[in-house]
Amino acid sequence: MDSIKKSPKLFDQAIILRALVDTFVKLDPRWQIKNPVMFVVFLGAILTTATVIHELTGGKSDMFNIQITFWLWLTALFANFAEAVAEGRGKAQAESLRKMRTKTVARRFVNGQEEKISATELKVGDIVVCEANDVIPGDGEVIEGIASVDESAITGESAPVIRESGGDRNAVTSGTRVLSDKIIIRITSEPGNTFLDRMIALVEGAKRRKTPNEVALTILLGALTIIFLLVVVSLLPFDIYSEKAAGMMKSHSSLTLPVLVALLVCLAPTTIGGLLSAIGISGMDRLIRHNVLAVSGRAVEAAGDIDVLLLDKTGTITLGNRMAMEFVPAPEVTEERLADAAQLASLADETPEGRSIVVLAKRDFGLRGRNIKELGARFVPFSAQTQMSGVDIPAMDGRSARSIRKGSLEAIRAYLIANGAENQVSSMSMHVTQMIGTDIAWSGGTPLVVIENLEILGLIQLKDVVKGGIKERFEQLRAMGIRTVMITGDNQLTAASIAAEAGVDDFIAQATPETKLQRIREEQAQGRLIAMIGDGTNDAPALAQADVGVAMNTGTQAAREAGNMVDLDSNPTKLIEIVEIGKQLLMTRGALTTFSIANDVAKYFAILPALFATLYAVSGANGPLAALNIMKLASPQSAVLSAVIFNALIIIALIPLALRGIAYRPRGANAILLRNVMIYGIGGLIVPFLGIKVIDILVIALKLA
Amino acid sequence: MRHLFSALRLFLIMTVLTGIIYPLIITGIGQIVFPRQANGSIITVDGKIKGSELVGQKFISSRYFWGRPSAIDYNPMPSGATNFGPTSVGLPNALQQCRKQFEDLDWRAVPSDMLFASGSGVDPHLSPDAARLQINRIAHVRGFRVEQRQKIVDLMEHLIETPQWGIFGEPRVNVFLLNVALDQIK
Amino acid sequence: MHLHEVVQIVLYLFFLLALTPVLGLFMAKVFNGGHTWLTPLLRPLEKAIYRLAGIDENTEMRWSTYVWALLIFNFIGFVVVFVMQMIQDKLPLNPQKLPGVSMVLAFNTAVSFMTNTNWQSYAGETSLSYFTQMLGLTVQNFLSAATGVAVLLALTRGLTRRSLQTIGNFWVDLVRTTLYVLLPLAFILAILLLGQGVVQTFSPSLHIQTLESHTQIIPLGPAASQIAIKQMGTNGGGFFNANSSYPLENPTPLSNFFQMLSLLLIPAALTYTYGIMVNSRRQGWVIFAAMMVLFLMGLMVSLWAEYGYNPVTGIAGSMEGKEVRFGVTNSVLWATATTAASNGSVNAMHDSLSPLAGLVAMFNIMLGEVIFGGVGAGLYGMLIFVIITVFIAGLMVGRTPEYLGKKIEAFEVKMSMLAVIAPSLVILVFSAIACVTDAGLSSLGNKGPHGLSEILYAFSSAGGNNGSAFAGLNANTTFYNIMLGIAMLIGRFAVIVPVLAIAGSMANKKNAPFSAGTFQTDNATFVVLLVAIVIIVGGLTFFPALSLGPIVEHLLMLAGHVF
Repeated sequence: MDSIKKSPKLFDQAIILRALVDTFVKLDPRWQIKNPVMFVVFLGAILTTATVIHELTGGKSDMFNIQITFWLWLTALFANFAEAVAEGRGKAQAESLRKMRTKTVARRFVNGQEEKISATELKVGDIVVCEANDVIPGDGEVIEGIASVDESAITGESAPVIRESGGDRNAVTSGTRVLSDKIIIRITSEPGNTFLDRMIALVEGAKRRKTPNEVALTILLGALTIIFLLVVVSLLPFDIYSEKAAGMMKSHSSLTLPVLVALLVCLAPTTIGGLLSAIGISGMDRLIRHNVLAVSGRAVEAAGDIDVLLLDKTGTITLGNRMAMEFVPAPEVTEERLADAAQLASLADETPEGRSIVVLAKRDFGLRGRNIKELGARFVPFSAQTQMSGVDIPAMDGRSARSIRKGSLEAIRAYLIANGAENQVSSMSMHVTQMIGTDIAWSGGTPLVVIENLEILGLIQLKDVVKGGIKERFEQLRAMGIRTVMITGDNQLTAASIAAEAGVDDFIAQATPETKLQRIREEQAQGRLIAMIGDGTNDAPALAQADVGVAMNTGTQAAREAGNMVDLDSNPTKLIEIVEIGKQLLMTRGALTTFSIANDVAKYFAILPALFATLYAVSGANGPLAALNIMKLASPQSAVLSAVIFNALIIIALIPLALRGIAYRPRGANAILLRNVMIYGIGGLIVPFLGIKVIDILVIALKLA
Repeated sequence: MRHLFSALRLFLIMTVLTGIIYPLIITGIGQIVFPRQANGSIITVDGKIKGSELVGQKFISSRYFWGRPSAIDYNPMPSGATNFGPTSVGLPNALQQCRKQFEDLDWRAVPSDMLFASGSGVDPHLSPDAARLQINRIAHVRGFRVEQRQKIVDLMEHLIETPQWGIFGEPRVNVFLLNVALDQIK
Repeated sequence: MHLHEVVQIVLYLFFLLALTPVLGLFMAKVFNGGHTWLTPLLRPLEKAIYRLAGIDENTEMRWSTYVWALLIFNFIGFVVVFVMQMIQDKLPLNPQKLPGVSMVLAFNTAVSFMTNTNWQSYAGETSLSYFTQMLGLTVQNFLSAATGVAVLLALTRGLTRRSLQTIGNFWVDLVRTTLYVLLPLAFILAILLLGQGVVQTFSPSLHIQTLESHTQIIPLGPAASQIAIKQMGTNGGGFFNANSSYPLENPTPLSNFFQMLSLLLIPAALTYTYGIMVNSRRQGWVIFAAMMVLFLMGLMVSLWAEYGYNPVTGIAGSMEGKEVRFGVTNSVLWATATTAASNGSVNAMHDSLSPLAGLVAMFNIMLGEVIFGGVGAGLYGMLIFVIITVFIAGLMVGRTPEYLGKKIEAFEVKMSMLAVIAPSLVILVFSAIACVTDAGLSSLGNKGPHGLSEILYAFSSAGGNNGSAFAGLNANTTFYNIMLGIAMLIGRFAVIVPVLAIAGSMANKKNAPFSAGTFQTDNATFVVLLVAIVIIVGGLTFFPALSLGPIVEHLLMLAGHVF
């Protein structure tokens, strides 16, 4: 099955074909009226068409009017096309998702009896059972059992994931497939409102509502269109006055209805008006390609406004596993002995932590791996109860038996007490204090105590490893004006050390769900917008409170419901990309608005001299206003036509930009502004002068006017 | 309703304050401190009020310095201008008129203020050049001898008002004061 | 241009710049309820006023209440001036025995003075009694100016408050502005003008025999007190018909300088006041700078055009419609200042300005009277453009646009655009109507494209609440009195109401703290953007109309055409 990750190319052939059909379907007035700017174009095209038909039935055929009409319709269609292409990409994805919503059969438990019903009949609270190869019939929570589940249909990730009752991995999604074992699930969503259903609706853009900024921008563009409507409507009386004042015959007027409509369409911000919804849709689309689902466009937009990012330390800032950095022997113990014992205790420890100890021992002391089996050693694995691991080696070949343990300070203390070595406890505390002072904790490490036969050998300094490049990432965020706050369960000292190393602005140590929520409320009270990412049920309140709450797909159903985005990759770093996509979305709108408005200057200089070329002319020659024809366009007709053609083609030309978003680099507001003003403001002034001139040359060459 | 009564009462108070008390205080100060200015800067000749120093008068006799053309014939009830636009045929027509007045001169040498009507219609001033142009005519009509003509020149140069404090406004001469003084020349 | 003329302009700009922080600081103290050197004198009076009017100065108003209070108060002003004119023949202080004013003219003048437009369809010396001028017009000169400041104060509070419902008390804003700012300044200016020769008397007009024994009637009246506030309050309605070109209204170059300076003084200083009130003087200076840039651009073009050669007359630097004591430079400087500010007083006839200087005057008004603009009105108008600029440019930095930490959302954009569209609608549509109706065309004083300019100018002036005119147009007709009256009402209140709505909605918002990702509105880049947006919005709206008026006239003039 196609995964979402393998998103279609910008212009996939199938998508284009479908979009072409939709382009014409969207000519429905009910659809057109949603976009005031393009609705004006639509009405204008109808008006000029009526004029042309009227002329044709009257036996006249004015090629100029016909061409204007043609291009006005194209303008409307191009805007439809832009929207259709943007939607088409989502639709293609929805199609592949829908395929798996085939008739699933649910095995429901009623009064201990199992019955088979259609998945669509499931209600919230129903209990169903799924075994290997069953498709999970609805969203729910595992209440019993553990199973590996293939979620590739949704996440695109082929590796199966574990779902089990209790804890933070109990959420299952409708449409995914159980690979092994058996789980019992309580259904938590109504049919038709499952995660999958919502996902389909989202990528299809079926329930797309305008986002707040989009609404504001639509108002601005609508108002500008009204102003230009006033300009065009009032131009006719001004022209009538002028012609009377100039003493010309009325029939000389070049101000016909099609020309006035052409002027209005050229002035109205059709470029941004035509691309506005495409920009919004493609913003969602870009998120989906990053494997993030947003419940609304509003959330995507809010991501661009984020002031503070709350990031979990583990997995986001650090690699997630602590690494052994140093052996710190106890007094009168050689470092080598400590390393030897630590290595033995870790040889069978397959955790990254354990492996890192082996690696360190090898690096520092050349201690090679030994075969534990040959030694007859018994490995004591890490358990939740003991909070430590180790190895027991029986006495052999004259060597005495060795019992090595490694664990946290607290665990070892408890172990010593339990084994009646209270005397060691007090000396241990003393040793440890001597050994490290507060040094290890300060530098972000956590001490691991190693004992052999209840004798303290020393400490292993374990340390979180900050991800490569994350510091630079935070610097970029800071330049963008976003503060990062690290959340960690570590103690204050450890947290401070990692925070400094990673370059975050602030941290919350020994964080609990309550402290997270508290922090979010505090920041919000100061007017800041907060984004956070979380997975557990206990994160749900904070996710709900945050302005942008990204739930991990591996997380609980509660977390997924509370947030307004779901990261299918469950990658905490994704938050940064989400923010960037949000910003890019707003920037694209702003840039194209600026471009659209700047374009009007050139259009005036093309159309106005054309309209009034002969006004106040002395004797057949050009009138004084011909002086405004600074582009030296060939004729009034070619000038108007060229402006209209430019106006239509620029929409098509900018579709890729609208879909991709404008180039974005994380920099300060001033730098970004300056760059965009240069490209889209100044560029917007210059481009149409060149474009209209070139089109004019072509129009003349092709004898179109 | 509460606001309506507040509004009415406040309006009444403000009217008394700004419409009665304030203008009366200003009038009082004007009449006491600047009585001449406050009453129109009146000029009397031989005990008779002959006009305001600040308000231009109509002079058509060749014996006097002529002032600027006036759209209201120097009768400021109400004051006003021609309001000819820059492409109004009125402008070349007005020039035609002036050309007749200064037949003996290259009209291009006549300063602009002598050719075009003022804004108020009662501009009391002329540019010094515009006044100088008329000295020969006046001396001739009045049958002045050379030294009397020189007196006009001296008088005029004396009456030229330079920019206030050397900065504000343009050099000019008050036609009414000039003509009053002109009549004093023996 | 001579050196002393350049020096005058430089001095003018210097005094404007120097007085801005001085007066600005004083006003900030007054509006924040602080202690000034006038407090011991005026505070008892202020308290007495509140007591007499039954006003609690500590009660604050929601924006809707503020709007109602403002509308009621303005409506009372309108009714009083309207009725007063029509029955002035039965009222005292009418030494000329002037008859009551006709209803349409009374309507136009009452609206005109209520809206701070002060368009003159009337001719002061021949149609209004001293009573009407004093108790009607002078009072409105104060109150309409104070109304403008009140609206600005409400908006400023809206921008600075956090999560509050109220935006101040209209009565308090009105009284404080009048008492502490307008009255003292008008008082000072009136005395200065008296010294220069502006009349202030209750004597009737002088009937005299001139030196050449012609009969001349010299109109007099209590002019100095009214002219002072006419300039200070950006009102501009003259005591006399020819306004400040009339020698008894503006006798000397020095009185001219005082009047020109007072014309822009309060609007300029308010930018500084604003800076203090929003806790960032830079924000104030940025707006001042944008206004100054626009002002200087207009001034340069005007000077260049006015000193240019007119092939129709064969003369450069024509004195048509100008006074000798002011010359070309002072006339152009005044014309630029009076149209930049929504003052509308004139010291030379704008109708006779060269086409491009006329265009600048007209364009200054069309931009929405935001280049310093009316007292209070100019700044709140400019803040509307600030909001639009922040919205368009702010999107480009990738955040929901914010101004002073307040998010600019659909409601603010809607209201801002309403405030921009309303005057544009009036100017374009009403002018269009005048262009195709006999009633509109029969008042024209000039033919050809200049006639269109006269119509455009009239409705720009009314819609922008300026009040100056291409006076060749005879506006005292039923058509123009009513159309211009409506234009003034829309131009005033269709801006004030949205502005107060914005104030209300902004006051209710949270205040986002500044960060590196915030779009900065206190630097040179923003000045450039703001200036660009103002010009582009104005230019795109009016370029076609202007091209058929002053622009084509300029080209025709160069070809020596007359009409």
